[in-house]
Amino acid sequence: MARPETIVSKIWNKHVVHQEAGKPDLMYIDLHLVHEVTSPQAFESLSLNNRKVRRPDLTYATMDHNVPTKDRDVVKDQIANKQMETLRQNCKDHDIPLADMAHPDQGIVHVIGPQLGLTQPGKTIVCGDSHTSTHGAFGALAFGIGTSEVEHVLATQTLQQEQPKTLNVHVEGDLGPGVTAKDLILAIIAKFGVRFGTGYVMEYTGDAIRNLSMEGRMTVCNMSIEAGARAGLISPDQKTIDYLEGKEYVPEGAAFTELADSWLNLATDEGAVYDKTVTINAAEIEPQVSWGTNPGMCVPVSGATPSLDDVDHREDVKRALEYMGLKENQPMTSIAIDHVFIGSCTNSRIGDLKKAAAIVEGKQVNPQVRAIVVPGSFGVKLEAEKEGLDTIFKQAGFEWRESGCSMCLGMNDDIVPPAGRCASTSNRNFEGRQGNGARTHLVSPEMAAAAAIEGHFVDVRKFAGVPN
Amino acid sequence: MEAIQEHKGLVYPLNRTNVDTDQIIPKQFLKRIERTGFGKFLFYHWRFDDDGNERADFGLNKPAYQDATILLAGENFGCGSSREHAPWALLDYGFRVIIAPSFADIFYNNALKNGIIPIQLDESLLKQWMRQAEESALVLDVDLEGQRIVDGHEHEVHFDIPAFHKEKLLNGLDEIALTLKLEKKIEAYEKALGK
Repeated sequence: MARPETIVSKIWNKHVVHQEAGKPDLMYIDLHLVHEVTSPQAFESLSLNNRKVRRPDLTYATMDHNVPTKDRDVVKDQIANKQMETLRQNCKDHDIPLADMAHPDQGIVHVIGPQLGLTQPGKTIVCGDSHTSTHGAFGALAFGIGTSEVEHVLATQTLQQEQPKTLNVHVEGDLGPGVTAKDLILAIIAKFGVRFGTGYVMEYTGDAIRNLSMEGRMTVCNMSIEAGARAGLISPDQKTIDYLEGKEYVPEGAAFTELADSWLNLATDEGAVYDKTVTINAAEIEPQVSWGTNPGMCVPVSGATPSLDDVDHREDVKRALEYMGLKENQPMTSIAIDHVFIGSCTNSRIGDLKKAAAIVEGKQVNPQVRAIVVPGSFGVKLEAEKEGLDTIFKQAGFEWRESGCSMCLGMNDDIVPPAGRCASTSNRNFEGRQGNGARTHLVSPEMAAAAAIEGHFVDVRKFAGVPN
Repeated sequence: MEAIQEHKGLVYPLNRTNVDTDQIIPKQFLKRIERTGFGKFLFYHWRFDDDGNERADFGLNKPAYQDATILLAGENFGCGSSREHAPWALLDYGFRVIIAPSFADIFYNNALKNGIIPIQLDESLLKQWMRQAEESALVLDVDLEGQRIVDGHEHEVHFDIPAFHKEKLLNGLDEIALTLKLEKKIEAYEKALGK
């Protein structure tokens, strides 16, 4: 019998174009996703060197980081407008398909890839964005790259890469009611730290992972980078196949059946060896709230900010508490918020919006809170509107916006003001991430929705409206 | 990319862990379509207050560090976003070498592609230099070819760097040109796998 292999090694071996001792492998890239912020310098350098885009048909572009989420007819920010215009021109010059701002397929790049079926098991997928790890939910090897590598892929459809080590993140047991994929990944990062994945590709395994929806799996893989891993993935199963069947870029009929079989064969073999394994028990995880300035600075909602006497890196913790305007030993439920953001490539899919809507339905956003919902794509927005979710949110006092990255990183007008405090379903609570001086608390969509109503963090499991 | 064989320079000690790329270059400066001119925005909100005035308490603003070209930092330097604007800003400001106990994967790659030498060194060694640089001017001489760093006190430290990265930095090699030499292999791969 053949030696048992991990999914990472199976995908890797199928993509090696050239191998030479002492050098990184030359690896083929099946899908290159492009957006407006990290591509202009790559296209410029390509032109300066008289090089062409090798495979425009394996390249797909959209605009998400900069785009306004309201009043889109005129982009007032001239610098942002020029960046978007540059992408339009580059896509035109190189025959690259583009989901422009007004296109029905527009959306956050990591939301539209799976939605269109561009994302498929076994593919190598790159994008000039660190949250490319999201696509790993489908059993693809997907990772973020810098602009020089964007240029390399445009010119050659390959990357020079060293084969990564593998890290098995094994999640035993199952999540309790009201505890979500977001809480799981936050708890994983809180437990093992923001750099335990550095140098590795993480594979998430175990019952709790199998029981997650595809959207939940995307939320988990999305935040692999916050644990240091460029890529995180999950072996494909029937759920993966069911999700992709019928999507625009997925073949139909006999071709699909054949493809689906090959996808199942990608799954990590029984007995395959990882370079490292960590284990966490899902049943012990509570809804999470981050308190500090990196995603590892996170505690259960029943918990409190740390005591300075109990921590390593005391100075960093002290700095983080100061930035966040918090004291040590402060209970999380005592923290009042003034902003709520439901959106981002982590939590802006239809399932996320449905769960948040179920919590706010018939209630009112606390008068001191400004709350916005930004669907992950135009497609998600339409679907939500068809189900009346927009009405539920608007009646509760939320603003209902057009799709984009929005307040996750505040490159458009959607920013949290200095010293503002935001319950956010995004992925990073870095200093100034949502706006200069803004204070971010990372939570699940359900926790954000409940905080919007109460004006402070609450355990969503004790909150009326929580779906079982 | 500019080749780099040896670099001697003044050290700026940034004694913080998990310095993320949002701090290195904040998002409002990512809308530009150029590759140059990011140096003035480096560590922007740490260097400047809300009115754009220099913060006197931030080390890099102190006269003693004005000519620094070597950055010492804590663990996990460059974590977060994949923005290559981070090494562009560091390079444009004048930094050619970054020494830290560990780097985030994407940042490490991005630094290499821009002729910055990222050097991973044991934290115990770094601590001593960090303290020295905080107390008085510390000049380090980084010899990439010989993989060693010498300080002014005849203290010499060896560092590891993968051979292929070293070669690219030493010669300022164009990675795309190297890959394009294998174009026939890429074509054959595409043909064989029907891609």
